[in-house]
Amino acid sequence: MGNYQPMTDQLALPGFSRRSVLGVSAGVAALPSWGGAQTRTPTPQPPPGHIEVVLTVNGQDNRLSLDPRTTLLDALREHLQLTGSKKGCDQGQCGACTVHVDGKRVASCLTLALAVDGRQVTTIEGLSRPGDPLHPMQQAFIDHDGFQCGYCTPGQIMSAVACVHEGHAKTDDEIREYMSGNLCRCGAYPHIVEAVRDAKAKMENG
Amino acid sequence: MRPFAYERTNDLVQAAHAGFQTGAGQTDADTQFLAGGTTLIDLMKLDVLTPRRVVDLNPLTAQHSAIEVTASGLRLGAMARMSAVADTPDVARDYPVIAQSLDLAASAQIRNMASLGGNVLQRTRCPYYRDPSWTACNKRHPGSGCSALEGVNVNHAVLGTDKSCISQYPGDFAVALVALGAQVELLGPDGPRVIAFDTLHRGPEGKPHIETTLKPGELITAFQVPAGAWTRRSLYLKIRNRQSYEFAISSAAVALDLDGGVVRAARIGLGGMAYRPWRSKEAEAVLTGKPLTEANAEAAARAALAGAVTHGGNAYKPELARRTLVRALLQTAAMEA
Repeated sequence: MGNYQPMTDQLALPGFSRRSVLGVSAGVAALPSWGGAQTRTPTPQPPPGHIEVVLTVNGQDNRLSLDPRTTLLDALREHLQLTGSKKGCDQGQCGACTVHVDGKRVASCLTLALAVDGRQVTTIEGLSRPGDPLHPMQQAFIDHDGFQCGYCTPGQIMSAVACVHEGHAKTDDEIREYMSGNLCRCGAYPHIVEAVRDAKAKMENG
Repeated sequence: MRPFAYERTNDLVQAAHAGFQTGAGQTDADTQFLAGGTTLIDLMKLDVLTPRRVVDLNPLTAQHSAIEVTASGLRLGAMARMSAVADTPDVARDYPVIAQSLDLAASAQIRNMASLGGNVLQRTRCPYYRDPSWTACNKRHPGSGCSALEGVNVNHAVLGTDKSCISQYPGDFAVALVALGAQVELLGPDGPRVIAFDTLHRGPEGKPHIETTLKPGELITAFQVPAGAWTRRSLYLKIRNRQSYEFAISSAAVALDLDGGVVRAARIGLGGMAYRPWRSKEAEAVLTGKPLTEANAEAAARAALAGAVTHGGNAYKPELARRTLVRALLQTAAMEA
């Protein structure tokens, strides 16, 4: 990425310039108005082609300067050292990277970090605070042996919490259907279904 | 992923102007629009799409996500997410085929991300299109040929193809839309217009790299599904190689208006089968005015597949489509609506 060259200059349109792109900063989500030279230079100047973003993760604001190609998953793991979210397929097919954005489960590997500027991201690290009791879903995965190697587990748990919140965990069949975006190569599926069923009851009574 | 310039807008008119350099209906334009990203980011990682600029439309989400069920029909904002529409009780009650087509697609994560506008514009899953190490693909490189004609074509289209491309349109929602005679609201640099959904996607016509009739910079802003006596008695039947989180190998969108057992009107779409979202007016015509018996359903299904052309690996498809449609018709007729 060292020889990265921003491309916008070659595609310059009226009202667009590289500087206006760099002018996109935290909380400011606007192209310059047409015919108006509305540009701002952020300070400090990020590396060429990088854009400043504020990622709100587990309630904490993080100001980062990112290559636009950075996915939310890579921003979490490589820039914020939150390595609980896992990279499996990196194509949105396995669910290991599942996090919540504004309370909805999404595949962080197919989400650009810049596109969640200003939104609330929750990762597995944010489900319970260090020293506090585990989230009922985390505890249920332990109690029911809902994993073997554990690689898919953070994604399974984030997906399962959302599945309960969505109201899509009423029956075992429904749990299987609405958890189908999370693959487990170890084949822990029967125990995962038990864990979700158990945690649902505790989440609703707790 | 290749480098690109990232821009973002909360102004639809600006967004439309930002795309004026895009070719008409072209799939690999220099400027691409980002909504859910589930197609775009995926194909950028695979080097199939290499835009130099990505315009993020997500700030427009709040303004263009309305889900409205009125006496005249259903109107869905293009930025509404698939899960939001599938989980709307009025949609599930009055337009079950729409809700089911969305709920049976992809995974819960993808349905939370993907917008309706992006969903209908999703690209084919043809493995030769998705892997640039194959040199011959008319969709990626016009004039380079079609690797699927003589290659692995087990889930390629049997309807609406030509020798330039036999790829299959993979979506479900669009099949329900085309069956119900939906319309699409567009906004482009020249202003708004409304077109019939069945004119949005083109046939290959020897130029499969041009997939839609969208003009440069034109964006989908909403979908309109007209009300009809048939929408409540409707369903989406999807046949897959695994039970969940899989594309269709065959599907049917069916809506029926019945008078006793006799068909006053039928709306029929086929998925997993055709180059583009496919409505079978031939099958609808066979059924209109007739009792919905198994024999008549089979006659309609034969009419729907009369023009099928197979290429070896997909030879099973016409029969699978016939059985899918017959089952969907009989199930729809048995609904309490």
